[in-house]
Amino acid sequence: MNQAMQASMNTLARASVLDLEGDLSLAAGHRLALRDLTDGLRLWHLACTLAWLDIRLRYRGSILGPFWLTLSTAIMVGSLGVLYATLFHMDVHDYLPFLALSQVLWAFLATMVSEACTCFTQAEGMIRAVRMPLFLHAVRLLVRNVLVLAHNVAVIVAVYIYFEVWPGWHAFLALPGFAVWGVDALAVCLLLGAFCARFRDIVPIIGSVMMIAFFLTPVIWQPEQLGRNAVMLKYNPFYALLEIVRAPLLGHVPPAETWLAAVLYSIVLCGASWALFVRARGRVAFWL
Amino acid sequence: MNHDARITVAGVSVFFPLYHGNSRSLKKTVMAAASGRLGQDRQSRVVVQALRDISFSLGSGDRLGLIGGNGAGKTTLLRTIAGIYEPVMGRVRVQGSLNALLDTSLGMNIECTGRENIMMRGLYGGLSRPELHRLEEDVAEFAGLGDFIDLPMRTYSSGMQVRLGFAMATAIRPQILLMDEWFLAGDADFLERARKRLEDMVRGAEILVLSTHQTFVVQEWCTRALWLDQGRIREDGAPGDVLASYLGHPLQPKEAVAI
Repeated sequence: MNQAMQASMNTLARASVLDLEGDLSLAAGHRLALRDLTDGLRLWHLACTLAWLDIRLRYRGSILGPFWLTLSTAIMVGSLGVLYATLFHMDVHDYLPFLALSQVLWAFLATMVSEACTCFTQAEGMIRAVRMPLFLHAVRLLVRNVLVLAHNVAVIVAVYIYFEVWPGWHAFLALPGFAVWGVDALAVCLLLGAFCARFRDIVPIIGSVMMIAFFLTPVIWQPEQLGRNAVMLKYNPFYALLEIVRAPLLGHVPPAETWLAAVLYSIVLCGASWALFVRARGRVAFWL
Repeated sequence: MNHDARITVAGVSVFFPLYHGNSRSLKKTVMAAASGRLGQDRQSRVVVQALRDISFSLGSGDRLGLIGGNGAGKTTLLRTIAGIYEPVMGRVRVQGSLNALLDTSLGMNIECTGRENIMMRGLYGGLSRPELHRLEEDVAEFAGLGDFIDLPMRTYSSGMQVRLGFAMATAIRPQILLMDEWFLAGDADFLERARKRLEDMVRGAEILVLSTHQTFVVQEWCTRALWLDQGRIREDGAPGDVLASYLGHPLQPKEAVAI
């Protein structure tokens, strides 16, 4: 590197070998897709910087900065908590911690899915200007939403402290749940990102689907309220995924059945995402 | 980095699917499939054959000028060599570090400060921290923005934006330099300094691929010219010969006509 520095005042570009072929065999398609993933992960530093800039830009010029997120979540949870506790005739002391946790976690899932649609279309300028692993954009989106989630965690902590709720050591069982979420979030980005780049009318459809899912999933209501119909919940992928993180944070151990369902749904999602990504990876630049 | 730079393009074709109106819509596609028209739709899908069966190879020391009318495929060919578009047929092999000056707005976000934009550009290039620091100094000095470097880019005049974009794009020195013609445009005051920097960079690169309408640039800078016409190679050879047939008359010495 020292020699290079002396040789030129300018910065040297990274050496690389690029070898691209048309009429890809399936195996070559898989190999290139896998390389996209590993290259994208290698650029995690860039993905984090971009994600952090996204958040800073969104709140640049405001006094509270990203803590606007925290404040707006706090106001929503507080007002909805009191309202629904009255409507559903529930004790605020039980209901509000549940709602605060559910609402924050759901907001993460829903935002992740809806922003996944614009994962590639939003980065159009970058994708068309330089060769860059597409996976980078998925990582950027995930990091950005994790940062938003981190700001909202303050609301959960405040509510827990106020109502003296302590989930105990079971809370650590949420960690594998979060790991599953991370993988799924990246898979959703690749799947919906590519799909929405090709078909532009999907974005509003996804919005509607997430709205329906919000009402059908026990986010603001509790599964016990369904009574005997609660068995139907296992057909709702959002329920299983939500529960593997939420239950431990409420101090329960999620049943093995829920975990199994969550893992199965995740495998289906990742499989579909991979199959599409292998086919679409080289075409996304043309679709933008 | 000790390897010699090399570009091999063999039988490359790039087709652009033309998606407009109906084919952009999932609903219409599903309806067409349901009524058994998808197969037909696939076959009759409108594609633009942006590049057709292009073959050439370049080694260290080659300076290639791409000429041809609008829509001849010059920019598509540059993008294909840069790996942004992947070939539908054929093979592209590029060995060596590459910098493509296709778009000054690369990675620039007008809401970010100049300094943040420089940092992002460096991260795109995979630079280490000391390298990032050096890049920042180099760009800040050349662009001459003064205190504006720490203000959001939307407060910049358009001239300042161009200066910053140019300084960033030319700060990273590659073995292979791909350049689109607009890079040669600019206002007179800045152009003098810009030209010097660009010429240093061109001289420093092992391989140059340049797309331009200006014949004097090809004459001055290139050792080989490729005339593209509707995505095909019309002529490939020494700049003087190719330019003569492109223009339809023999070149006068030092002819400097912008076409």
